[in-house]
Amino acid sequence: MNRTTATLLTDTMFTGMTDSAAAPALSFSGVSMVFPDGTHALSETSFDVRAGEFVTVVGPSGCGKSTLLRIASGLNKATTGTVTVDKSHLGYVFQDPTLLQWRNVQRNVELMAELEGIGKAERRARASEAIALVGLKGFETKYPKQLSGGMKMRASLARSLVLDPKVFLFDEPFGAVDEITRERLNDEVISLFQRRRFAGLFITHSISEAVFLSTRIIVMSARPGRVVGDFAVPFEYPRSPELRFDPAFAALSGEISHALRGAHA
Amino acid sequence: MSDEVRLHEDVADVRNTATAESAAVDFADLDAFAPVVDSSRHFEWSRVIGPLAVFVLFVVFWQYMHQSGMRKFFDKPGFLLPSPVTVIHDSFVSAPDRSTLLNGLGWTTLVALTGLGITIVIGISLAVMMAQAKWVERSTYPYLVALQAIPILSIVPIINSVFGGGLNSRLFVCIMISIFPIVTNTLFGLTSADVGQHDLFTLRGASRWTRLVKLQLPSAMPAIFTGFRISAGLSVIGAVVGEQFFRKGSKPGIGIVMEQYRQRIQFPQTYGGLVLAAALGISMFLVFGWISKRVVGHWHESARKAG
Repeated sequence: MNRTTATLLTDTMFTGMTDSAAAPALSFSGVSMVFPDGTHALSETSFDVRAGEFVTVVGPSGCGKSTLLRIASGLNKATTGTVTVDKSHLGYVFQDPTLLQWRNVQRNVELMAELEGIGKAERRARASEAIALVGLKGFETKYPKQLSGGMKMRASLARSLVLDPKVFLFDEPFGAVDEITRERLNDEVISLFQRRRFAGLFITHSISEAVFLSTRIIVMSARPGRVVGDFAVPFEYPRSPELRFDPAFAALSGEISHALRGAHA
Repeated sequence: MSDEVRLHEDVADVRNTATAESAAVDFADLDAFAPVVDSSRHFEWSRVIGPLAVFVLFVVFWQYMHQSGMRKFFDKPGFLLPSPVTVIHDSFVSAPDRSTLLNGLGWTTLVALTGLGITIVIGISLAVMMAQAKWVERSTYPYLVALQAIPILSIVPIINSVFGGGLNSRLFVCIMISIFPIVTNTLFGLTSADVGQHDLFTLRGASRWTRLVKLQLPSAMPAIFTGFRISAGLSVIGAVVGEQFFRKGSKPGIGIVMEQYRQRIQFPQTYGGLVLAAALGISMFLVFGWISKRVVGHWHESARKAG
């Protein structure tokens, strides 16, 4: 097995994990993906994500990280292998906010509930709650073009929240925002995670974002992507921004960076 | 417990950043929502003054052509191009001519509006069908282009025998001339929603109908209105062109009235008809620009500028 365990692994893992360690919320088993044009994106990838676990996948660009999420959500079908997940409680935050320009924040956030056939009063209440949770209260009637990049991402986050996801997929959601906004949004994701205790699967290019957010980091190889490293992240939640300057944080980042360089070779 | 407290601080913090971020939003974007009357009025003026100056120049040029230009450049008498004042006076001050002209304008407007209405219904339905599958689009599009290429003159006999050469024939010409931009713009609009937005609907297993109504049609609205504006102008042209060929019945449009005045050598009234026809085309364009601004102006850039 290509499983490396970080030397920093301790027993200070997030407590939510212990009571739901039974069946995984999301499970990839032997998933391979070959696109019609012959691109071999994923090769025999297997791992589980449990409720209360926040797994981040890092890997060279083009290694099929996003494909993994598309397969998990059913947007793409794996060539071989199986994915087990409850799709009725699935949150998916895309790389772009993909808000509908003709709907204001409130109506954008309601969209997923609307497509799910949830009644008007119910979805309105859920949307208001989600909007408050991501800190967009007071911006309900604004249209996407009136929002900054970070605020659009927040609205996109809220839109996924209305279905109360048990599994939350993030496809490099903060790649396009500036670093300060990104750090704030990271705090946001952590507080959502603490509150809702979903099973999180997060894709990113940034090692420090990965270490800061997750309970576990999976390193993938260059195309065709497969798991080449699996690190536990021992830091307790809530995580303060100062954690980024902790020696232990740097040490773990270094190990992951090393594993990534190996992945490129 | 401590988590709860932190979360509250967090939200408060986020509220602050959110306000800071919104302050950074381009002011132009907020204009529509902030009723700063004075600045907007000032803004309108600068937009009106240029076109107004061109209009004055045009009238002066017209007057010059009437007085000496016609003789000088074309060796024709000035009465062939009556002065603007004569045109307005003879066409709209004298009661019988005014009512003849306005009556003609009425029939033309009726044909143009009815034609446009039918065009919109047929055009959008056609575009929606074409957007359902690439093969439908591929098989029908060439014929749409062909329709554009047919000279009206060549099918006058057919229209005559099918529609009788009266108001209905003119309606047909009007639709034929104005349908193309609506279909192409709607089709373009329906395919303009981005892949990510489609993914969103796929995630929740949305039906074709839901996708059409909640994603494709709304995102197509700016393009559809562009089509409306172009077709509105064309529908007036179509109605007047139709009048050149189909004059049966006692419903003379502005084109027919103009032709009658020309035959009686009443040039001021002929030009009066021209002024009315132009005004009709321009108002149709403006009305659709205004509706477009009302419907999509709050979220789409182009609509606000075009208005």
